[in-house]
Amino acid sequence: MQELLFAMGAAGAVAGALTLILSRHPVYSALGMLGTLFSLGMLYVTLLAHFVAGVQIVVYAGAIMTMFLFVIMYVGIDETLDTKESLRFQRIGALAVIGGSVGVGLLLATSKLFDWTPGVTVEAPLPSAELLGEAGTVESIGRVLFGTQRVPGNLDSFEPSGWLLPFEVTSILLIVAAVGAVALAMGRPKRRGSDNG
Amino acid sequence: MVDPSWYLTLAALLFVIGMAGVMTRRNALIMFMSIELMLNAVNLTFVAGGIGYANPEGQLAVFFVLVVAAAEVVVGLAIVVSVFRRRRSVNVDDLSELKG
Repeated sequence: MQELLFAMGAAGAVAGALTLILSRHPVYSALGMLGTLFSLGMLYVTLLAHFVAGVQIVVYAGAIMTMFLFVIMYVGIDETLDTKESLRFQRIGALAVIGGSVGVGLLLATSKLFDWTPGVTVEAPLPSAELLGEAGTVESIGRVLFGTQRVPGNLDSFEPSGWLLPFEVTSILLIVAAVGAVALAMGRPKRRGSDNG
Repeated sequence: MVDPSWYLTLAALLFVIGMAGVMTRRNALIMFMSIELMLNAVNLTFVAGGIGYANPEGQLAVFFVLVVAAAEVVVGLAIVVSVFRRRRSVNVDDLSELKG
């Protein structure tokens, strides 16, 4: 069952990714990306990461891809964009670089030069839901994030996790990004005598 | 039995596909979406690794990657829009004014 779900999600994700990079039409690319995002959301559910799965669907598939589609519609669809290759041998060179790095990576991964086995074995089967408990729920993520994990053996005290400050800094980042996007998209104010506003 | 290394392999494959997209396409929007694909592949690595080590902080890292990706998309798309207004093009090969 788990193998079947993984195969479905993986096939969907790879098919969407290939659609993204191979189709001429940007809207098809965006739809392929959307398929990849939904497949990844399903894979997160099979990993029992329910919070990440929900956020994946809401933020990525919902908000980010909607924005991409808006901009694609705004700039229009120019299918002839990718036919001309202004740098000579760019595609062949790019594919050679990718193939070379993948080859080196496979070589290193299969060679005995490095010891890839981590402290905890990753090759173990996926932990069952009973073993993981509530590790992927919103509540448990919030407990890690805000440092309210219970100290083992002492039900009344909580240990801080150190993630609170990074979490608050992300809100500053989001505000700066929103203000910056508005400032960029509004353009500079028109001056008298300038013809390109 | 499915183990986390399957997910890591899939993530590596998606990352390579995204890298190929960035290196071969000339449409700024498709390059951008390929970068998002690479970020998603890394997210999958984080979640699979966090499950493999039974550590919830893997999923926390996904949250931070997600926030940075959202901010990056907002600013990047605004740049694409303003470049399109000025140049009427989203082809990155047209943006060669700094070429020496």
